[in-house]
Amino acid sequence: MAAVQGGLADTNEEKDIKTEPSSDGFGNNNANDGRVLSTSPGSSASAGINKSATGAPEDQQTLLAVLQFLRKNKLTESVEILRREAGLPEDSPELKGSDSSGAGSGGAAGSGDKEGGDASSLLSRVTISSSANLATTVTSSVTAAGEDQPDVNVVLSAYNQQGDPPLYQVYYSGLKKFIESVLDCHRAELSQLFYPLFVHMYLELVYNNHESEAKAFFEKFSGDQECYYEDDLRVLSSLSKREHMRGNETLMDFRTSKFVLRISRDSYQLLKRHLQERQNNQIWNIIQEHLYIDIFDGMPRSKGQIDAMSGSLAGEGKREANKAKVYYGLLKEPEIELPLDDEDEEAENEEGKPKKKKPKKDSMGSKSKKQDPNAPSQTRIPLPELKDSDKLDKIMYMKEATKRIRLGPDNLPSICFYSFLNAYQGLTAVDFTDDSSLIAGGFADSTVRVWSVTPKKLRKVKSAADLNLIDKESDDVLERIMDEKTASESKILYGHSGPVYGISFSPDRNYLLSSSEDGTVRLWSLQTFTCLVGYKGHNYPVWDTHFSPHGYYFVSGGHDRVARLWATDHYQPLRMFSGHLADVTCTRFHPNSNYVATGSSDRTIRLWDVLNGNCVRIFTGHKGPIHALAFSPNGKFLASGATDGRVLLWDIGHGLMIGELKGHTDTIYSLRFSRDGEILASGSMDNTVRLWDAMKAFDDLETDDFTAATGHVHLQDNSQELLLGTYMSKSTPVIHLHFTRRNLLLATGAYNP
Amino acid sequence: MLDVVFLLHSFILGSLDHTTFLYFERRQKQCSVSLPTESMKAMAESVGVGQLQEESCAALSEEVSYRIKEIAQDALKFMRHGKRRKLTTNDIDNALKLKNVEPLYGFQSQEFIPFRFASGGGRELYFYEEKEVDLSDIINTPLPRVPLDVSLKAHWLSIEGVQPSIPENPPPAPKEQQKVESTEPLKVVKPGQEEEGTIQGKSQGATPADGKGKDKGLIRLKPRSTHELSVEQQLYYKEITEACVGSCEAKRAEALQSIATDPGLYQMLPRFSTFISEGVRVNVVQNNLALLIYLMRMVKALMDNPTLYLEKYLHELIPAVVTCIVSKQLCLRPDVDNHWALRDFAARLMAQSCKTFSTTTNNIQSRITKTFTKSWLDDKTQWTTRYGCIAGLAELGPDVIKTLILPRLTVEGARIKAVMEGPVVSNIDKIGADHVQSLLLKHCASVIAKIRPQPDNMEQYRTDYGYLGPMLCSHVMKARTQAALQAQQVNRTTLTITQPRPTLTVSQSGLSGSAGSRTPSIIKVPSSLTLMTPRPGTPSQPSPPATKYIVMATSAGASSTQQYEFTSVSFATSTLQPLVKLESGSGPGLTSSRPMQKYIVVSLPSSASSSLETKSSVLPTSISTTPLEAAMKLDRSESPGASTQSPH
Repeated sequence: MAAVQGGLADTNEEKDIKTEPSSDGFGNNNANDGRVLSTSPGSSASAGINKSATGAPEDQQTLLAVLQFLRKNKLTESVEILRREAGLPEDSPELKGSDSSGAGSGGAAGSGDKEGGDASSLLSRVTISSSANLATTVTSSVTAAGEDQPDVNVVLSAYNQQGDPPLYQVYYSGLKKFIESVLDCHRAELSQLFYPLFVHMYLELVYNNHESEAKAFFEKFSGDQECYYEDDLRVLSSLSKREHMRGNETLMDFRTSKFVLRISRDSYQLLKRHLQERQNNQIWNIIQEHLYIDIFDGMPRSKGQIDAMSGSLAGEGKREANKAKVYYGLLKEPEIELPLDDEDEEAENEEGKPKKKKPKKDSMGSKSKKQDPNAPSQTRIPLPELKDSDKLDKIMYMKEATKRIRLGPDNLPSICFYSFLNAYQGLTAVDFTDDSSLIAGGFADSTVRVWSVTPKKLRKVKSAADLNLIDKESDDVLERIMDEKTASESKILYGHSGPVYGISFSPDRNYLLSSSEDGTVRLWSLQTFTCLVGYKGHNYPVWDTHFSPHGYYFVSGGHDRVARLWATDHYQPLRMFSGHLADVTCTRFHPNSNYVATGSSDRTIRLWDVLNGNCVRIFTGHKGPIHALAFSPNGKFLASGATDGRVLLWDIGHGLMIGELKGHTDTIYSLRFSRDGEILASGSMDNTVRLWDAMKAFDDLETDDFTAATGHVHLQDNSQELLLGTYMSKSTPVIHLHFTRRNLLLATGAYNP
Repeated sequence: MLDVVFLLHSFILGSLDHTTFLYFERRQKQCSVSLPTESMKAMAESVGVGQLQEESCAALSEEVSYRIKEIAQDALKFMRHGKRRKLTTNDIDNALKLKNVEPLYGFQSQEFIPFRFASGGGRELYFYEEKEVDLSDIINTPLPRVPLDVSLKAHWLSIEGVQPSIPENPPPAPKEQQKVESTEPLKVVKPGQEEEGTIQGKSQGATPADGKGKDKGLIRLKPRSTHELSVEQQLYYKEITEACVGSCEAKRAEALQSIATDPGLYQMLPRFSTFISEGVRVNVVQNNLALLIYLMRMVKALMDNPTLYLEKYLHELIPAVVTCIVSKQLCLRPDVDNHWALRDFAARLMAQSCKTFSTTTNNIQSRITKTFTKSWLDDKTQWTTRYGCIAGLAELGPDVIKTLILPRLTVEGARIKAVMEGPVVSNIDKIGADHVQSLLLKHCASVIAKIRPQPDNMEQYRTDYGYLGPMLCSHVMKARTQAALQAQQVNRTTLTITQPRPTLTVSQSGLSGSAGSRTPSIIKVPSSLTLMTPRPGTPSQPSPPATKYIVMATSAGASSTQQYEFTSVSFATSTLQPLVKLESGSGPGLTSSRPMQKYIVVSLPSSASSSLETKSSVLPTSISTTPLEAAMKLDRSESPGASTQSPH
């Protein structure tokens, strides 16, 4: 009957699909059950009665379902009576209901029923025989699932069988044939369906123990999938038994999140008409249950446009996800103008230098006085007060800035390469201080080593007993507290019990953070060279950590898929940024400290608001785990590098991909913008440092007609024009880059003969 | 089924080792790979479970394979974060830790393979090798060196966009790239675009040639390779070339060392190549033996440099080298100067370049062989050229000696006999014949010793090889006894025989001039025992008549004590060029049981009577598009041309 309704039903269903994202995988599950119930003859109550015959555990569940049904219909007396009869405690229904899988549960049951009504119009096309078949399989799957862990159970229960296993291939190839036959402009868009459908059909087969069919299905169609899904397909291929599905992270990712597709309205209509004509419910169900189709009005996208954005574990980011306002502007420079000048004069007088730099500083001061309309308010998040030493450092910074070399395509930076020799234990992380005076290395043998790259040696503070003897009134007390005997060029910090994967200096050079495989982040003092705090929260390896540019806060991310925001004086995290579907591999603070960017193995980049912990941007387009992130100095842009050897450029304000830099042949481990943002340097496992013309990349974009509304980017392939230089090192992978305040580029890596 | 569950854990652990992971890593592309059920059975046996049913085996193997794949995938994460390309056992340990499984211990060492394989009686067996270790051995072995601590070293990767050629940086154009450029020079270039050429090692911004594409179609053009030298490189080139042909031996050694090791010479290679070929051309005409030797040493150094792709310049280098082998006259006084050493050295260089550069397309070796044979076969060829041809052929290896030299021994013997025993024509011929004779004996003896059956009959040799027969016979016998001795020694003790290289220090009193002090390659034994230096040595400049030599040598017997014998011989005659000869039992691999070695320093009498007029035997090599072809043609025409000029 719905087939006859045609166009009218279309609009209805579109709404369905659009409303569905509000319900997560959990509600989704309920919707499915609701449909099952409504297709069986009679009312939902009769279904419950049918089920009650299947045994004791089901009994309990059925009771709960009935209770919920009653409660929803405001039949409170009946609820009370039934509960008394069954001997159930007062508050257990909610808890158990959410745990149990078979019956509908929680507040979502209502929506489930409502949707069930709509969906029934579709599902009524299922032939009687298959629906009879259904009833039995449902119960069997419920009993089987009952043995599983509850959460997995919830996730997997959606995979009850709805078709004949051998027919899966027919369904899939039917769809394939259809998509190949449609007009070119729609084909690329509809081809996006292949991968998620393939995955879910395969998983359904596996879940229902059709091992050989699953294998045949995989072998037949895995070759058709886009090459960037290869890694996931490899995981899938190893998964051939239902038992394997339990505890498999990748599988959970597929299930807990809906695969997001962006399809134009025309293409979508085509697809739907086809599925209705063919009565291809199997595929339709999957689309409804596991996919989120983001329909837009306008021209269908080209293959290139789609390829640029796809590749992540769960499809593209939803358009709504990138709509939130991001205050990407820089914070106003703190009010140190007056003291700055005073101190500056003092300092200069002391040094006996002429005051020739003063006018320049004024100009810089006036620049920073302008309030950026895109900047967050100064007090949006509480930032630490500036100390005198910080102010001194700011003055130093400005002095250096005046001597900065202006870089550009005709004026490339010099690169100084620091090679780590004899690093047999494996160099895993490196960081420089902002003033380039110290370099820290994390090693696979759990040590952290700090070097001084200036003639100034590293000294410890004297012991407490010795400190008592110092004359605290003397002018050079800061000098006196240091123990000359400990002066050395490098210091080793022991404390971790696993490879150190992330390392970061505090902006004031007093602290060092290191994150390790042992699940901790440690804070080290660079005065005493001891460990001050071990931050425990991640139970799994912590892949990266990064200090806020204003100090005090830092962010860490690890294998547990969560990025955490910490403050140095709290032993527990202040924020947990969860949403990534796989390991958080790298973390970065925005220059204004209000946002945190995280890159992940799920091949997405997320931008989080520090204030409220919301995810404000999702960038998809990488085809491999992301290992490097860098914000442009003006805070407007983000660059990311991944194992696929590509650098992608993003406009934070509009939430768009704006550039792709191809050239590296291996994982990019380091990205850095020059101090003025003209040059982007990338360092990679392929032993090269490459320099890119960032100004040109961003300028080209601004002349473009901005397509922010649709979010469809036209990337021209101009990597070769933007590449300014390639510098090969001698079998030394480049794992860290740093621009000094005067725009000299420092690169580091361990020499691997 | 219980035991299956019980076994699973130990199976996963048991099957985790290097090889398993390698197996999975290699097979990752393929979809479904699982361990064979036999492995399951073997592992079950190893933990004491006897009969395992086929189904349980299959179930287990699938399960184990899946788990291993899971762990491997996790291990890859650790590899990536460890910034490595190689998966290590530590990564697998860490991945196991993620799964709350106890890591495997003992896999850290590099060469650790836990079990050995044995087969026999139709059974294949893997077993743990558990050696008994004597503790005292471990205690008494000296501690290994403490590994060096991590250190930081800074260098310039780039200075304002230009990468300096310093040893810390890779060579500007890696050998592969040099090769690609020289072997596939034809690139499709649009007309009008050829001006740009290819800029080596660095891509330079945009290519503004879009509008120039005319509808003429595509033309395949050889891009113009640019070899621009920076000021520093020009200075370097000047210094190096001056040092190489200068008078200071220490500087020369340094310069040659630099040529042999410096990675950044690619840009200068064409200059060096021209320098050498021009130098040889000029100095052959002027008979400047010393300079020729220096130039050959430069060729050697270039060939030793692993970062250079010399193929492109062989058309200049090979003629130069061949000239130094076969030229009629290389020095002003052929009777006195030791130009033979230069010929030997150049012949070795030639052999080395044949070995390195000869391919099926350029056929260097066969063309060289033809050139040598042709001029050798010519009756009018002079003894000097003859010597060069034979040396050149002999250095190419025993096969060449066997097929080309041995059959001609009789003819050559007759020729030598005619000079040696006939009426004295000229002293130069006599010296030449003498050298050719010893050269033939030296090279042929070892080959004959290998291919000829045991009884060495003097008469038999005479019938086979003519005049040279008897001498060959004694040489062969000597070679055999030495080989036997050597074999005996090898059998007797398995200790590695460390052989201190015989050092020869010639200190010279009186006149200055550099006598050879590098390797004993100018050392020659008249007619008794001949030593071949294992690798091409460097000939040194023949000095003007010297007065006194002190020869010091080390001997290396089985015992570690070394005896020194000093012999000092003084040469009174100033017209005679002394030759230092070493007879040594301590030649490579020839250690005999003699405790003492004798060093004989002999001077060869020779009279100056040569005043042969020679034309330069190097013809100018023009720059041609098919360099090798042209060069080889020149080679071929060269020697016969030289021989026809012979006054005999």
